[in-house]
Amino acid sequence: MSALDSLYQQVILDHAKARHGDTVLADPDASHFERNPTCGDEITVSVRLEPGSDRIAAIGWQGDGCSISMASASVLTDMAVGRTVPELLELTEAFRDMMRSRGAGEPDEDVLEDLVAFHGVSKFVMRVKCGMLAWVAAEAAVREATA
Amino acid sequence: MTVLAPNQPLTESEVAAIKRDFPILQQEVDGQPLAYLDSGATAERPRQVLDAERRFLEQDNAAVHRGAHTLAGRSTDAYEDARATVAGFVGAASPAEVVWTANATDAINLVAYGIGNASRGRGGAAAERFRIGPGDEVLVTEAEHHANLVPWQELAALTGATLRWVPVADDGTWTAEDATSLITDRTRVVAFAHVSNVTGLVAPVAEVVAAAHEHGALVVLDACQSAPHRPLDVRQLGVDFAAFSGHKMLGPNGIGVLWGRSELLDALPPFRTGGSMITTVTMESSEFMPAPERFEAGTQPVSQAVALAEAVRYLQGIGMERVRAHEEHLAQRMLDGLAAVPGIRVVGPPAGVLRSGLVSFDVDGVHAHDVSQYLDAQGIAVRSGHHCAQPLHRRLGLVATSRASTYVYTTEEDVDRFLAAVGEVRGYFGAAS
Repeated sequence: MSALDSLYQQVILDHAKARHGDTVLADPDASHFERNPTCGDEITVSVRLEPGSDRIAAIGWQGDGCSISMASASVLTDMAVGRTVPELLELTEAFRDMMRSRGAGEPDEDVLEDLVAFHGVSKFVMRVKCGMLAWVAAEAAVREATA
Repeated sequence: MTVLAPNQPLTESEVAAIKRDFPILQQEVDGQPLAYLDSGATAERPRQVLDAERRFLEQDNAAVHRGAHTLAGRSTDAYEDARATVAGFVGAASPAEVVWTANATDAINLVAYGIGNASRGRGGAAAERFRIGPGDEVLVTEAEHHANLVPWQELAALTGATLRWVPVADDGTWTAEDATSLITDRTRVVAFAHVSNVTGLVAPVAEVVAAAHEHGALVVLDACQSAPHRPLDVRQLGVDFAAFSGHKMLGPNGIGVLWGRSELLDALPPFRTGGSMITTVTMESSEFMPAPERFEAGTQPVSQAVALAEAVRYLQGIGMERVRAHEEHLAQRMLDGLAAVPGIRVVGPPAGVLRSGLVSFDVDGVHAHDVSQYLDAQGIAVRSGHHCAQPLHRRLGLVATSRASTYVYTTEEDVDRFLAAVGEVRGYFGAAS
């Protein structure tokens, strides 16, 4: 596989087009805006919890950015819904560790599921922030929702 | 040998010879020869410039304007010769009109904060002409690089003056009329880019200068994208200040230039104060030297100045008219090529309006970062992002664009490889259907 194809895994290209969760969320418990000032990519992630629980009922986001950042937001939506806030924060840490790996090691597919497609991104230091953008926004949103 | 007119584009063999002077361009990226199309962000440096800096550091380096030893004399001479070389390059009336700064951003801040200090009463009667306050206006354009916008926002906030801007059209350009219609007796400063780093538009400097001076306003020119790429004569243009950076014109990082009319520089209060810029210091107060030293507090970038002068001589050896002709030729080749690729929107002036050798564009359905990444995999380096011009991109309805920019070492082959790769981008990302 070429370096380019390892960056743009089919999973990423598909999610960049499908954009799960790319909607305005009604009645969010919290929203958070993040911008990557170096490139201008931006996203607002909103989260709604199940009533009286810290389980995530819905994620909605609106953003503008490259295929990596948009695909990452789409995967976030798929993976966050149904998890508790601590579970999502734990997953975010695991994803962050992989994104900081510079392509080293073998990611744990049982934990990271579709996110393993972003392992190739970690080799492109200029693109790591693209991959993390939605997750950083979600991290802040769920913290605010449970604060 | 054919003798070419001074305004002819460089021949293929001339460009090939120039490119051989640049060690960094002799490499491969991902197994492909590097096509460096990001000179608008930073230019590469020829061996002559690298050697000049090294030679200075190996033979002459010492603190300038102090000490009586041999090296102190040699380094001071080299430093001041460099100033004279740059002064000649831009048509300054004297070397004293050239102030070394850290970069162009620093140069613009020097002017903005100098005006701010004058507005707070510093500089005495001589600086009275710079005073601004509530009711006064600073005029910029919507297309400015943040470096020529944020310092003016700060000046307005500090003084109570109003910041106004020339709105741009849908293609990101503006006309003389757009600007002059906003210049009134309230206008005290007009600041704009000679050449836009995004659209490549060459500004109608003469018309704006005429209107500004008619109303007593100062004109500050951001020359970052013009000084390296086309003949620049600041006196002929009639502006009051001009700023540019060394690293965009084959020279080092860490050095920039502020040119200003000597009568203005001598009256403008300093922005940074300290050693090397004073005449008399008592415990209560100090008196400042005239320009340029009054703006050059502290240890200066001496080897960088020496290297920048060598870069200037390198450019003079080619001839700035020919640099311009070469880049305009390549830009036209890019524009023609991009026009044939479906889904490409080029930002900037329509055909027939003066533009420089850089082209920014949007690829329908593919983000600029992905465009840049795809090209990089073929060894082609272009810039992607908002190019430090967020308001302009907002106006264009784009978060980011891709930009290919040319220089003296750019070949037709570089441009053709770029065009071929851009033609493949939408297919790769599934945006062509």
